[in-house]
Amino acid sequence: MTATVSDAGFARPQLATSKAPARLNIGRLFAHAALLFFVVLWTFPTFGLLISSLRDKDQLAVTGWWTALAPSERQNATRLGRGSDQVEKDGVFVIEGNLLGDSRGSQLIQSFGTTNADVGANAAGSTVPMRDGGEITVQADGSYAWSSPTAFKHASGPRIYFVVGSPPRFTLENYVTVLKANGISQSFINSITVAIPSTVIPILIAAFAAYALAWMRFPGRGLIVAIVVGLLVVPLQMSLIPLLRLYNGIAGFMGTESKGYFGVWLAHTAFGLPLAIYLLRNYMAGLPREIMESARIDGASHFQIFTGMILPLSFPALASFAIFQFLWIWNDLLVALVFLGAQDDKVVLTGRLVNLLGTQGDNWELLTAGAFISIVVPLIVFFALQRYFVRGLLTGSVK
Amino acid sequence: MSQLQITNLSKRYGSVEILKDINLTIESGEFMVFVGPSGCGKSTLLRCIAGLESISDGTLEIDGDVVNDRAPSRRGIAMVFQSYALYPHMNVADNMGYALKLQHLSKQEIKEKVGVAAEKLQLTRYLDRLPKQLSGGQRQRVAIGRAIVREPKVFLFDEPLSNLDAALRVQTRIEIANLHRSMKNVTMVYVTHDQVEAMTLADRIVVLRDGMIQQVGTPMELYEDPQSLFVAGFIGSPKMNLLNGKVAEAMGAHTIGARSEHLDIVPSGGTWTGPVIHSENLGSETYVYVDIGATEPLIVRSYGAVAFEPGHSVSVATQKGRLYRFDEAGKPLPRT
Repeated sequence: MTATVSDAGFARPQLATSKAPARLNIGRLFAHAALLFFVVLWTFPTFGLLISSLRDKDQLAVTGWWTALAPSERQNATRLGRGSDQVEKDGVFVIEGNLLGDSRGSQLIQSFGTTNADVGANAAGSTVPMRDGGEITVQADGSYAWSSPTAFKHASGPRIYFVVGSPPRFTLENYVTVLKANGISQSFINSITVAIPSTVIPILIAAFAAYALAWMRFPGRGLIVAIVVGLLVVPLQMSLIPLLRLYNGIAGFMGTESKGYFGVWLAHTAFGLPLAIYLLRNYMAGLPREIMESARIDGASHFQIFTGMILPLSFPALASFAIFQFLWIWNDLLVALVFLGAQDDKVVLTGRLVNLLGTQGDNWELLTAGAFISIVVPLIVFFALQRYFVRGLLTGSVK
Repeated sequence: MSQLQITNLSKRYGSVEILKDINLTIESGEFMVFVGPSGCGKSTLLRCIAGLESISDGTLEIDGDVVNDRAPSRRGIAMVFQSYALYPHMNVADNMGYALKLQHLSKQEIKEKVGVAAEKLQLTRYLDRLPKQLSGGQRQRVAIGRAIVREPKVFLFDEPLSNLDAALRVQTRIEIANLHRSMKNVTMVYVTHDQVEAMTLADRIVVLRDGMIQQVGTPMELYEDPQSLFVAGFIGSPKMNLLNGKVAEAMGAHTIGARSEHLDIVPSGGTWTGPVIHSENLGSETYVYVDIGATEPLIVRSYGAVAFEPGHSVSVATQKGRLYRFDEAGKPLPRT
């Protein structure tokens, strides 16, 4: 190859273009497609739930949430006024009234017809002849005028069929109803009362344990780690009843009630500890040894190393575990029912939603609002802490 | 005053003996360098002095006090780690003042001491920064500053320059040498595998191999009078030419050693003759690789840029009294 000045000048753009296709390889494309799929899979129903919970309950009952922005249409029929309602005006007999009655709201007549088949035939405002004689004009607001040159004699009014459309209506009424009337607010507080201590207590215990298991030398350390790993796989259902009996025994001895918050905190702590210790120990063991040694030479005790170095540097791991534990407790039903019970003043949000499903199964507006209230806390927790999932805190301490 | 006395020190991990019966005295104010190949125990010895590793046998005395069981922070030492080990969540000032804070000094005192040390290391501008916002050289200086503020009796360095690039390494080496000069009574112990650092910084060098001390002496003593084949081969760059077999037997030794700078290329009548196989011209000097029939080529240093064509036969002469001879055990015999 002969290298001339002009060749060298062209070499660079060629290099740049040859790099571009490499970025669009199949693997990346697939990864992005998969990511998009999961994002849609996750956000789409959540979004639907939110929209549904904000809609008017009558509209929610007839149309799906994806039509929420379009006016919802509904067929209806009503009887016109009787002959006795007629009024004579300038030699013409007229029966007047409103198809929508008193509960009109902001509904609008879109079309109407005299038989079930031609319900969509005539737009609002047009005039059509009636079989019983005369002709009828129906306005969009539902008011009608049936006029005839001869007097009406019929005893019961003929039916008229119409399509009524109501504009989209969004409201917080559902939330107000569900919070006030269905005890969701009480359960919300119950869930918070269960979840926060049940997240904080195991983290406190596990952080100390993890430090000891990662950085302190003592006999039996390996055995304890092995036991903790073993406890990770103990099924919750298996240990539930023995644990409850044990707690009842202790509660009876201590003279406290057998079902209460303290018990559920202890149970959640016990079930969360193995994973917490395991996760935190692995993270802490991966912190640079030199930092701890340097702190030791600087005169820090184990406790000072723990509070001054380990805790701030382990924050990403603590936050990750806090999210896991909080979400698990928030969504838990079994442990809460066993240790706290299902009485009205103690039942947690998940339990309340189950009850709601039984008693208000047809009232979707209440179910969706209730469900969204239970979603909202995990969403807040996740978005507040998600940046700590990315471990970026160690940058710069060591090369 | 801060004399270090190591007596019969051993370090074992289970049945593996890392350090074997080490005896060493480091005088007050001395700059002592531990050097040796990787795995020789030099870092372990340093960590034993620091108190980060327990001592299995023997004693370690600082100023006459046995400190075997004393916590690292109470030994009057400070250590600079290879990876710097800065506290990533603290800014430079807090990093440097952490030890003082643990000693419950007042904020004002901490600020003053940190300020003095920062001034000395030109770190004043960076006191508010986090370690990740600093360059490699600056991090290194913070690590040194953190050690200075504690006013230690003994300074320990664990390969502090190995993470720096070549230019910065030379610069920091000079800074450490200046630091040593400015702190008269502070003993410094420095671990490295880089013999240039060892030769340029040390008052005395300890050469370690397999957990045992091979030789202790000033850089020039080690260079001029290696007490073993290992030290002869380890100290000096390029490595000393070591020849055994027939070439050595002709001189009444098991192995002979000749430094490249102690060999001359002569027109004729040299000790060895052979073809040039390669030459490296560095401008100020040229290293010529000559095949004299031994297993490895002989490296000869000539001054200036001299061109030697590969294949050209040359004669190599040894300078008088500069040829090292070793017996089978690697012990030195009188030079010729």
